[in-house]
This record gives sequence, structure tokens and C-alpha cells, in this order.
Amino acid sequence: MASTLFRNVIQAQPLFLNSSALLRKMNGVLYCTMKSTSHSHTQTATEERQQQQQQKSPQKIKVPPQKQMNEVSRIGADYEAVIGIETHVQLSTLTKAFCSCPYSYGAQPNTCICPVCMGLPGALPVLNSKVIECAVKLALALNCRLSFSSKFDRKQYFYPDLPKGYQISQFDIPIATGGSIDLDLPLEFGGGHRRFGITRIHMEEDAGKLMHSGNGSYSQVDLNRAGVPLLEIVSEPDMRTGIEASEYAAELQRVVRYLGVSNGNMQEGSLRCDVNVSIRPIGQPEFGTKVEIKNLNSFSSINRAIDFEISRQVNLHSQGQQDSIVQETRLWEEGAQKTVTMRKKEGLADYRYFPEPDLPEVVLTKDYVDSVGKSLPELPEAKRRRYEEMGLSMQDVLFLANDIAVADFFDATIQKGADVKLAANWIMGDIAAYLKNEKLSIIDIKLVPHELAELIASIKSGTISGKIGKEILFELLAKGGTVKGLIEEKDLVQITDLGDIEKMVDKVIAENPKQLEQYRSGKTKLQGYFAGQVMKASKGKANPGILNKLLVEKLNAKV
Amino acid sequence: MLSTLHSPRSLSRFPLHLTSSVKPRAASASSLSDYPPSPPLPVAQSPGGAPASQILTIRRSLLSGSVTATQLAESYLSRLRLTEPQLNSFIHVSDSVLKSAQEIDDKIAKGGGEALGPLAGVMVGVKDNICTVDMPSTGGSRILENYRPPFDATAVKRLKEKGGIVVGKTNLDEFGMGSTTEGSGFQVTANPWDLGRVPGGSSGGSASAVSARQCVVSLGSDTGGSVRQPASFCGVVGLKPTYGRVSRFGLMAYASSLDVIGCLGTSVADVGIFLNAISGHDKFDATSSKQEVPDFESLFASINLLESKPLSGLKVGLIRETLDDGVDSGVKSAINAAVLHMQELGCIVNEVSLSSFSLGLPAYYILASSESSSNLSRYDGVRYGKQTVSDELNALYADSRASGFGPEVKMRILMGTYALSAGYYDAYYKRAQQVRTLIRESFKTALDSNDILISPAAPSVAYEMGEKKNDPLSMYAGDIMTVNVNLAGLPALVVPCGFVEGGPSGLPVGLQMIGAAFHEEKLLKIGHLFEQTLQGCRFVPPLVADDPTWE
Repeated sequence: MASTLFRNVIQAQPLFLNSSALLRKMNGVLYCTMKSTSHSHTQTATEERQQQQQQKSPQKIKVPPQKQMNEVSRIGADYEAVIGIETHVQLSTLTKAFCSCPYSYGAQPNTCICPVCMGLPGALPVLNSKVIECAVKLALALNCRLSFSSKFDRKQYFYPDLPKGYQISQFDIPIATGGSIDLDLPLEFGGGHRRFGITRIHMEEDAGKLMHSGNGSYSQVDLNRAGVPLLEIVSEPDMRTGIEASEYAAELQRVVRYLGVSNGNMQEGSLRCDVNVSIRPIGQPEFGTKVEIKNLNSFSSINRAIDFEISRQVNLHSQGQQDSIVQETRLWEEGAQKTVTMRKKEGLADYRYFPEPDLPEVVLTKDYVDSVGKSLPELPEAKRRRYEEMGLSMQDVLFLANDIAVADFFDATIQKGADVKLAANWIMGDIAAYLKNEKLSIIDIKLVPHELAELIASIKSGTISGKIGKEILFELLAKGGTVKGLIEEKDLVQITDLGDIEKMVDKVIAENPKQLEQYRSGKTKLQGYFAGQVMKASKGKANPGILNKLLVEKLNAKV
Repeated sequence: MLSTLHSPRSLSRFPLHLTSSVKPRAASASSLSDYPPSPPLPVAQSPGGAPASQILTIRRSLLSGSVTATQLAESYLSRLRLTEPQLNSFIHVSDSVLKSAQEIDDKIAKGGGEALGPLAGVMVGVKDNICTVDMPSTGGSRILENYRPPFDATAVKRLKEKGGIVVGKTNLDEFGMGSTTEGSGFQVTANPWDLGRVPGGSSGGSASAVSARQCVVSLGSDTGGSVRQPASFCGVVGLKPTYGRVSRFGLMAYASSLDVIGCLGTSVADVGIFLNAISGHDKFDATSSKQEVPDFESLFASINLLESKPLSGLKVGLIRETLDDGVDSGVKSAINAAVLHMQELGCIVNEVSLSSFSLGLPAYYILASSESSSNLSRYDGVRYGKQTVSDELNALYADSRASGFGPEVKMRILMGTYALSAGYYDAYYKRAQQVRTLIRESFKTALDSNDILISPAAPSVAYEMGEKKNDPLSMYAGDIMTVNVNLAGLPALVVPCGFVEGGPSGLPVGLQMIGAAFHEEKLLKIGHLFEQTLQGCRFVPPLVADDPTWE
């Protein structure tokens, strides 16, 4: 946990490029990813990382000049960064938090609204019980202590996207406190297991959106999002590097998607992170002045924004300008790849919190919490540990556990008795490639886990060749059906009978005397040509091992 | 059943000493005797002066065919037209009253009389901070001038479903903040008993409209006494139900933890029947109670007025702190007379002390202001209501609110904002909440050993217009009798009990009866008996009594 800036700067930046090259070589599949369970386009952590790597290789992000970097890392070795994250997760409940309006992202402005979420005079909030269920699920998943009696409070400020002039939130008694989250860092960032503390989780409502006119002469308010339920998750200041922070966010995304409480989509704003960064000389127990960074729309921007901010603060501090590090909110500028001042904090904002009188206390019973607890699915961390115990490599583990739909598919396949490693390879290889090309999610394909298990078994038993297996796979992916049916229908059973194959070999040799002569005079490369001819004659069904063994014998036979 | 509501009086049961004990109001007695005899339909008035249920009389008349809903409506509207220029009870009068009445008549004509709702043909005034879909709802504030809500408040929806006809929207102190109705952004309402005096507030329009028989019953709202004090000032019955009994959905929030919608009428029976119609759980108000709503109507029918001591053994606690200095002597006398009257009915009246009583007023003003500073944040000129033209966002907020809100509202927003500010929260809001807990407990203790508690509804009778306009503290002090009940969330009924000299024919005094939570039934029963057996008082203001249409 006490990783330092030194490690961060030195490792993260150069490794980025190296690792991507390495991965490409090792396994092309890693670039192919799966769409998440949601039908709209969503991006998973892995996917994003890969895109970013692809983009990076040609263009290259402005990496500080080598000389400067060395200097920073030398100074950086003396500093430690402290990072905490506030995450807002938009819940995918059917209706809003305090009224019965449905919410759908991208709907026409002001079409998902009612007197309650518009804040009309006389309208009152009534809590959607699904919000509590989601909060309890997440609290249990993040190992938090639940408040069996919590309350809502009003957070007051004026802004046109806030119809009531206050946000219904939870202040001094949040629904959950004191939890933790476990994650495995990707191998390209050095790997390793981490556990970060969760300070609190509370329920609140979202605000609407302002849309500014092109010339800035007026603004319009869209209240569709007003009143949509959010969970705010506050982490302990346990992270030390940009990658730790972005992986924390990615793991949180996985958890909410596993739980089904949110689509966790960053581009749609369903998962929003505000990051607090400070630095301190190593050994200093007090925290430095923290800076908040907003406008982080992807995991990689979290990573890069933090690393930029750490460098900026370390630079200032090491030059004796620590007073220039002020408590402020900075904006991440994706184009310029830097953070810029958004607003300086002039004292603490006074939100004049007080208990929301329109809503009764939120009381949880032990029975309720227990029943929610029983309904929880296997969570990403548990899944990863289980996959690891099955003997899968961390690379495979991270890939399979990243998306719950993929993990479910994998689990169902091996439950049907498929070989673990082979099932992983098929899913991460051809299936993933197909999904990427067709822009599909694994839940959209016609192939069912049972048939994948059957396919793997058929290859293993030698009923069909691996090559035929691939053909069948694509058939199954696109059209469905059963492995057995396709093998019968297309007469694809592998020919393993020595006599049958020998006949075909003899026939091909006899039909190609010219090539035989060339072969025997030393052009042994022609073996491939003969093998191809035999395979063609067998319609691809000849067992390649037997075929090649017989072919070599016959070609090299002393006449 | 109806007969019991027509108070079969046994005058001899009430010895003369009762009348003599009401001597302070003797001045009014002579003017009372000048009143013309009770009119025939459409308005019921029993011979002895005890108020009969207008709602039941109307229902009976409609069913018997002796009068049509349209005739009734016309009679009320003509009285309204006649009196309104002097009273200004209404901010807006509905233009569909006769249409609604005609619908009821059509229903009766088609033989659907049996399916008439319990409020069929009953003219209802609705306080203008309660949303109505077919009329503007301003909360008495210029910031909502011409604002039309897209929905009916639950209470309005329910009363309409039961056949009630909304006559119009009654005047109030802006957003319910005030005790005189002079704080309305639109007009000043007069007290029907003396046009130079205030009707009380903030439900002053609702009280004066009922008192002047411009409507049968009305909806008010009560955050710190806003139904009870005007009921007392205007000589009508006012009920503040238990917090949560009536849905607040559609009531423009002033102080959400204290606000309740209440009822005003000319008899306890009317108020009880009206309460039954609008009460009950509402899925749109998370603070509305799921407690069962009793059928108060059958309650009135079962009361036996011929019994010599119908309230025998009932324990009544007279709150000692409510008869301290600062309470008008005339009010004290009227309350003392009411105590004697209750004793005649068999009640055992004892003084009780509520030690935290005097803390109620400051605690109330801190909590109510704090909540209102938050509740009124939505009036920002962005989505609805008054919007000033501004180049810049903060100026838009500031100008819209500065020109839209009146001075009392601004003062309370400022006080509330201050009380909730960082560094002051603990000293004000939190402490006031602690006081609130103390008050709740002291009421509980007192109500554990008493069936009900009684006090004056206000320390004075209606005062002159302008008298307290520039003295907010003295106006706030007038709420001392009522605010504690809101802090405790309890039900309280105000029944006219006597007169104090003043105005052309005396000024009414109201007796407040406080019950345990959700025990409205007990209050209504006692109030009904009290009212039906009260001698020598007739609470019809001169404005109406002198009006030829009244006959």
C-alpha cells in the first residue's frame, strides 16, 4: 500500500506502452472485448483500457520529456500521494427515488417529469423502496455496517437544475458505513491484490441538467434526471496511485453491475467519480492540502488526471511552493491532458443540512437485511478467487470475471463438465472475437453454454477436429442449434480410420506424380501441399495427426 | 338520527347561574336578542341557537326534494356577492359552482340520490395554499400570482369525490405566515363580527367565509394555530387534526413537520363529517397516517343529549399556563364560564401545569422558520411563478424573490436561514428540537391523566386591523395557545364558547380542546355536546344576521 510516486511514475507510463505490445503478441484476444449486459453501448474497464492502448500506440500521449521525468521520479521518490474517491452511482430502478416517474437516458428533455420531481408547490416526496434495497445490497457487497435506523436530510443550495432548492440526501446518519472493497490490479500494471476502505454509502437524489445555448446567451433546464436515485460511495483515502484509483472505480463498476443495481456506465453519467488528491513527504503523518478533480469520464482519465495532479503537486512542493497547492476544485481537460482550476473554495460551503421532515426514518429490520443478503450473487472478488483456485491464470481470471454475463456463461459451460482451461480459451478467443465483430453481448448470441461444453467435449474425444470445431462454433453463434445436430447434418465426424485415410493419401499421391518427384528430389515443403489435398479430399474431416503421419511415411517411402 | 343534531334542549337542566357567569358578555346578549328568528332552509339553525349540522340538513333537503343543489348554490353565491365587497374572504371565486350543482341535481333527478356523496351540494371554501386544478392557487403570495397547479390536493380531490363544491379560494397570510391575514399579498380580509377587525390568520379567509355563511365549511391549514385562532376570532368551529390524519399532498409547505390541513364549519358535526371526508392515508404523503378513520357522523347520532350528565366522569385538564397574565380578562371570563358549563355536563375539571409550555413559542418560531426557509427555496422564478428579467442567474433569483415575497415571508426566511447556518444549528434548530421533545412528553403525561386538555384558543379576541402589523413580536405572542399543540402533533378543536364586549354585537371567544393523537373522535363528541348545550350564545355575525338573503 505504501507505493510511492516513484513507482507510479516510473512504472505506469513506460509500462503502458510495453505491456500493450506484449499483450498483443501473447494473446490477440485481449483486444476483443464483450459488451456488457446492457444493450446500449457501455464500456467495461478492460475494454476501455484496451481502446486507450490502441489509441495511444500511434499518437502517443504527451509524456513529459525523458529528462524531466527522471527528475520528477527522483523527487517523487520522496513523496507519497493520498487519494480518496467519491463515487455517485445512478440506480437503475424502474422509477425515480421519490416519485413514480420512469427515467430513461436520452429521452426528450422534460418528458420524464411530474409535479414531485419538478418541485411544484404542494408536491411531496415518497421514497421508492427499491432504493433502499439497492443501498442494502451494495452495503452488504462492500462489507459495510448498516444503520438500522437512518434518515434523510436536506442539502440546500440554489441552482436551476435543483427544482426544490434542496437535494434530498443523507447527512449525519448514512445508511451504511465502514466497509471495504477488494480488487486485483491488472498484470500490465504490475498486478497485485488491494483492499481499500469504504467510509460510507448514502442515498440521495440526482439533479437535472442544464443545457447551454451555443452562443451562451441562454440556458435551458432538463429535469428528466432530477430525482433519479443515486448512491454516493465515499472511499477512505487509501489509494496511492492513479491506477489504484481507476481500478477502485472499475471494481465498483463491476460490483454494481454484478448486483444489478446500476448499469455503471460512465459515459452516460451512471457512474461518476470525484477524486481528492493530496501529496505528502514520505513519513509525514498529516495529510497535505487536498485538491478535488472533476470531469472524469473514464477510468483512464481518472488514472491520468491523478498522475498529472500528483506530478503537479510534487513539483510545486519540491520547489518549496507548497503554499501554491490550495484547496480547490480542478477540472480534468481531456484534450490538453491536464487539470485546471475550476473554483477555489472560499471557506466551507454551508449547505444548512437539516432532517427532511417530509420523509419518515428509514428503518431496516434484521429479517429484511438477511433476505437481501441471501439474494446477493457471487461477487467479482469471490469469483476471481474461485477461478484462481481452478487453476486459471490471473490474465484469464480478470478477463472472465470482468463482466458478469461472461462469467455466468463461463460458469454455466464448466458446470456442464467442460474443461476449465479450454472453456476459458474458447470464450476469450473465438467467441470474444465474434462478439466484437458483430458488436454483440454474450447474452445476445445463439450459442448456449451447454453446446459449448458439448463442442469442447467433441473435440477432446476426437469426434471432430479443432478446425471443424471452429466452423461449428460460428454456426452455433450465428444460428444456434446443437453440436450433435450440426455434425450429423453436415457429416462432419472426423475420419480417424487408418485405412480410409491411407486410401485418400494413396489416391492423392498417385494423382500428383510431378509433385511427388519434386518432393523426393528435396522440395519437402510440398508436404503441406499434399496434406492440403488429402484434407480437401476428406472434406476437412481427416484427423490431421493421422493424416500427416501416414503422408510422411508414404512420401518418404523408399521406392 | 337527525333529531339529536337538532339539540332537543332541556333548558331547565342549565341553571341560571351559568348565564350569569357569562355576564362579561352580557353586552352582546342584548344584541343577540335582536337577531331575526332562525331562517328556514337552506341553512339550518335550531330554535335554541345551538348550531345544527348544515351538511346533514342539506343532504336531507336534497334527498327530500325540498330544495335543489342549484337553489342552494345560488343562495350561497348571492350572499357571497353581497358580503364579499366588505369581507374579501376570497382571492378567487369559482365560475363552475352552478355547473357542479346542476350535476348533482341531474343525478338526483335520475334517481341517483342514494349514491350522493356525504358532501353532495356542500359549498366548500378552500384556503389558497391548497392546490386546486381548476383555479389559481397562489398561497396568498405575489410570487405565485396566476399560478395554476396541474393537480388537486388530496384533500380537495377527496371532498370533490364526495360531492363537495369548491366555491373559491380563500385569503390567507402569505404561505400561512401570519395571524391576521393582513399578510396576504393580495387583499385584507375583514372579520364578519366587526369589519374593522382582523379575522385572525393565517386561515382568515376560510374562517370569515364560514362565519359569514359564504360557504358551509372550509379547508384551512394549521402550522401554529392558523385554523384555531381565526376560528376563535370569527366565532366558528375549527379543527386541527392530528399530524398525519389528513394528507398534506397539495398543501404548499410552510413547515412540513407542523403543517396540517384543518376544517372550519359552523357546527362540530359539520367539521367532523368534513374531516371524515378528507382524512386517511395517502400514498402521495409519506407522513400521512394509516390509522383508521372513524365514522364521526354516527358518533353525533349516538350522543344522548337528554342525559343529565352526558360527560360524567370525563377528566378535563385546564392548562394553567394559558390563563396567565397576558390573557385578556374577557377571554379568561369566557373560559371560566366554559369550565362551569363543562362541569355542568359532568366533567371533572382540574388545573394541569405544562412546565415546558412557555418554551413552545420560541421553539416553534425557530423550527417553523427553519423549515420554511427551505420549503420556500423552490420559489426561485425559474420554473413557475414570478420571474424578473435578469442578465445573470443570481440576480434572477434575488430579484424574483425580492419582488415576489412579502416582508413577513422574507423575515422568516432570514430567521430560518440563520438558525440553520453552520455554527448556529446546535444553538437554535437542535435546541428547539429538544424543546419539542420536552413539550411532546409533557403533553403525553398530562393526557395520560386527563381525557382532554382545555385552554383559550387565543389570548385575546379579534383585534383592530393594523394594530399588530408593525409589532411582529406581539403578533407572534398571540400564538402562545396554539403552537405547542403543533409541536406535539396533537388534534385540537376550537368551539365558540362566549363573547367579549366589542364591535357592533360582541366578539366571539373560542375554547380549545386538545386530545391525544388520533383521538379526534373524543374531541368531536365532547365539542358537540358542549356546543349543543351552550345557552344564550348564537354565533351568527351581524353581517349575516342583518342580511335579508339569510332568511
